[in-house]
Amino acid sequence: MKQFQYIRPSTEQGVLEAIVKPGTKIIAGGSNLVDLMKHGVMSPDKLVDINKLPLRAITPTKTGLHIGALALNSQVADNAAVKERFPLLAQALNAGASAQLRNMATVGGNMMQRTRCTYFYDITMPCNKRNPGSGCGALQGFNRMHAIFGTSEKCIAVHPSDMCVGLAALDATVILAGKKGERRIPFTEFHRLPGEHPELDNNLAKDELILAVEIPDNNFASHSYYLKVRDRASYAFALVSVAAALDINNGTIRNARLAMGGVAHKPWRLFDAEKALIGQQPSEAVFQHAAEVAMHRAKAYEFNAFKLKMAPANIVEALCHAAGIA
Amino acid sequence: METKKPCAEPDIDAQEVDHPRRTFIKQTTLMTAVALAPGAAVKAAEAHLDDKIAAIFEKLPVNIEVNGTKHSLSIEPRVTLLDLLREQLDLTGTKKGCDYGQCGACTVHVDGHRINSCLTLAVMVDGKKVTTIEGLAKGDDLHPMQEAFIKHDGFQCGYCTSGQIMSAVACIREGHANSEAEVREYMSGNICRCGAYPNIVNAILDVKQGGQQV
Repeated sequence: MKQFQYIRPSTEQGVLEAIVKPGTKIIAGGSNLVDLMKHGVMSPDKLVDINKLPLRAITPTKTGLHIGALALNSQVADNAAVKERFPLLAQALNAGASAQLRNMATVGGNMMQRTRCTYFYDITMPCNKRNPGSGCGALQGFNRMHAIFGTSEKCIAVHPSDMCVGLAALDATVILAGKKGERRIPFTEFHRLPGEHPELDNNLAKDELILAVEIPDNNFASHSYYLKVRDRASYAFALVSVAAALDINNGTIRNARLAMGGVAHKPWRLFDAEKALIGQQPSEAVFQHAAEVAMHRAKAYEFNAFKLKMAPANIVEALCHAAGIA
Repeated sequence: METKKPCAEPDIDAQEVDHPRRTFIKQTTLMTAVALAPGAAVKAAEAHLDDKIAAIFEKLPVNIEVNGTKHSLSIEPRVTLLDLLREQLDLTGTKKGCDYGQCGACTVHVDGHRINSCLTLAVMVDGKKVTTIEGLAKGDDLHPMQEAFIKHDGFQCGYCTSGQIMSAVACIREGHANSEAEVREYMSGNICRCGAYPNIVNAILDVKQGGQQV
């Protein structure tokens, strides 16, 4: 690992002042950043450790739940309020990484983990994300794990988080601090598609810090499910994952939320498929139709065409679980 | 074990007695490094200037309690907790498997929570309490999980075992050892290439069901 400087400011102001300098990166849990630094994929000159900031609390608000950016993934997954009110999030969190990594990874860090693929990690290969303009090794390469939605010729990597798929489905809001004060953005607008600038994974400005995410109250708790399909039973990135949440009243779907992981450069919210579910009675046929809507504009590459079949099948399965249709 | 020091200055004599293989590896690695390094580094190594060179990069004061012993150390920011434990504190029970957070061999407890020490910067453990596999037994009395791994033959080559045991203890403390399926899920961060999984699961369930204090 390349040498770097390390500081641990104790105030938000101190962090915001430190991070404006080029070559500076924030470190929280470090589970992705330290890994990338060991591989030589990222080599910051200075790390700003934010663990002294008081951003660890999970607190109920009048309209939902406020989760500090430094709350650990394991702490959120085991939190009583999360389990009771947003079981989808707890399920998604527990589907991700390992117990050890969940004890290290923070909510903010999980969001900031790099959208990535094996070509991003292999510094001998071209990668527009790691080295803009060098080309994409995956486009014509072994692209089995790669995206089927929202890709560009520059990058077809996927964002590997499960937590973020849950938060996208649950209409979370991200609270950011910058020099000009705080701003709030919808979770679904935090991460980016690759477009012409795959080096940017998200819309966090260089001088900004994630303070928290907030989840609004909803009626999905009794009908939600997180389905993750992967190469082994546990501790692997998703080939495809689906967060499904239904608000079912008198046998009719009053409201629905659907998001997918493992299919795009960002957590992939399925707005059109949600609309196709509203007002319907839950049934496999209805779910099948929603899955067809969801797959509109999906595009496969040489080795990931299986995802075009897997993704809709997983949407149907997740919705059946959520609705209680075995 | 009796040669352990709180912060190990290289003690070649003791290592030759206790760890001939490690000493050999260290020496050959050093020779390789010297053979490959550019002139300045060779000269620096010859003049024993390593520490002075490193000091340019800001060694930081770090206070860590490991297995009940307090250490006041001076560490480069890039040193991982795993390397600190193994290379400076001579606690080689914690293993380096993949070194990238994928295998769990380096699992230790920090303030009671299991983490991957290979992805943890030692400077970030400042002020915290670390427990390694060496800290589980009380004198000659093995920890119940160590006993159970022996009883159930929960290992073959043994390389993943200290990580497995640290993880297994945490798995029970967290309340995630209530069924075989749950144990398998919550132990999935510890890879065993010998495939001792069924016996590892049996060992954990045995300790859990026995109700022993872990």
